[in-house]
Amino acid sequence: MPSISIFDVIGPNMVGPSSSHTAGAVAIALLVKKLFPGTVKEVEFVLYGSFARTYKGHGTDRALLGGMLGFETHDLRIKNSFQLAEEQGLIYSFVTNEKETEVHPNTVEIHLTGTDGAFMSVRGVSIGGGKVKIVKINGVDVDFTGEYSTLVIRHLDYPGMVAYIATCLSERNVNIAFMRLYREKKGATAYSVVESDEEIPQELLEKLREHEKVEDVMLIQV
Amino acid sequence: MDFISGQELLQLCEENDCRISDIMIQREISEYGASSEEIMERMKEAYRIMKEACHKPLDEPVPSIGGLIGGEAKKVRDRRRQGKSICGSMLSKAITYSLAVLEVNASMGLIVAAPTAGSSGVLPGLLLALEEEFSLDDEQIISGLFTASAIGYLIMRNASVAGAQAGCQAEVGAASAMAAAAAAEIMGGTPQQCMDAASAALVNLLGLVCDPVAGLVECPCQSRNVIGASNALVCAEMALAGIRQLIPFDQMVDTMMTVGRSIPFELRETALGGCAATEAACARTCQIFKN
Repeated sequence: MPSISIFDVIGPNMVGPSSSHTAGAVAIALLVKKLFPGTVKEVEFVLYGSFARTYKGHGTDRALLGGMLGFETHDLRIKNSFQLAEEQGLIYSFVTNEKETEVHPNTVEIHLTGTDGAFMSVRGVSIGGGKVKIVKINGVDVDFTGEYSTLVIRHLDYPGMVAYIATCLSERNVNIAFMRLYREKKGATAYSVVESDEEIPQELLEKLREHEKVEDVMLIQV
Repeated sequence: MDFISGQELLQLCEENDCRISDIMIQREISEYGASSEEIMERMKEAYRIMKEACHKPLDEPVPSIGGLIGGEAKKVRDRRRQGKSICGSMLSKAITYSLAVLEVNASMGLIVAAPTAGSSGVLPGLLLALEEEFSLDDEQIISGLFTASAIGYLIMRNASVAGAQAGCQAEVGAASAMAAAAAAEIMGGTPQQCMDAASAALVNLLGLVCDPVAGLVECPCQSRNVIGASNALVCAEMALAGIRQLIPFDQMVDTMMTVGRSIPFELRETALGGCAATEAACARTCQIFKN
């Protein structure tokens, strides 16, 4: 169970009206923006459950777009995020999916296309009080919150990968708080997620990418 | 230093001869490595935002996104200023400020979720009224916010503060318990009295459903925040007078969650039942979705 801070209770400081549907939406989109390695050209938000039914009245749409523009939950610019996205040339759309019901009631899947054509799909859930989780990347189930410095490594499911990643981290004196490996199936694409209490040095990303089985490295810095 | 129940919290208060707020600050320092100055600064900022949200709509009322609320706080304030309040100054102010915060929230203004945005009016509403009526200073109120956070932490940890999971009792109920304990400590209550105040607050709002009209955090959320603040005031008064609660806080948290699980889906933030399903609400909902 993740620990609960004073400021998880008295907080977040946020633009209303809903901690789950507004602040949580900002937080998910901001995490996804940080995960995406390039510059986002186009974004599609697929809304499920309660998000799909009530997003307009909760400003969930403006909140998601605001997060994609890099705003934090307390940024008053969220209210004007449609206009600000247009000014920046960011193409956006909202789609509702009310058919798939076996999801957390406050779920959004974000499809991003970069200026270089790269595509990524990330699913996040807003679990209440502004707290969020990332639960899927490109179709692979994962589970992390972004509350720690988080390294997401996409690699082939291959012997020695965890040892390689752990060695790279220990050589740079980065203490691992949590580490988990998620995979599609044996031998296919896998994601290793490393969470750390401290800042993760940028140079570590280069080192990890040197391994031939590593396909991509993403970092959410706290 | 950590605690996972009200009972453990009370034990820590007794062993260390200190208040709930002191223990909560110590916990934050030991669990997160933050300094007491940092913690204090963050809480000051939270209280600054809370206060601003209490005052803003009194001079500049704005309609909510859904158009269901806006201008209510000013009405109650004006009536009090005319000397007509039937609640007395303390309660009238608590009503005014709780209404105000929900107006700010519903118009995409800046608030502090405490513990959620839908219940963000309860704590500032009661505490700012208390500060003004008893000429307290900000430091005393901020100390109370730490007490409130201890109560909120226990409810989040051992139950839920999500309306979608456990109804309004988990949102406004939790906020009310937090505010009751805070008010009790600020006014010189013992840690046991704070827990009794919090327990009573949960007792009184047990079973309250989450039934937002059109799914928006506007109606009945705004007036439910007012009842949360009023309930907190009443519960703090009883606890400070030495009235003990039969049911300890921890057991109320557990039973609140059990009740929450048995609240039907329609009454857990889905806008399918309760107030949201009334004829009047459905008519307004249709209007809102047409626009």
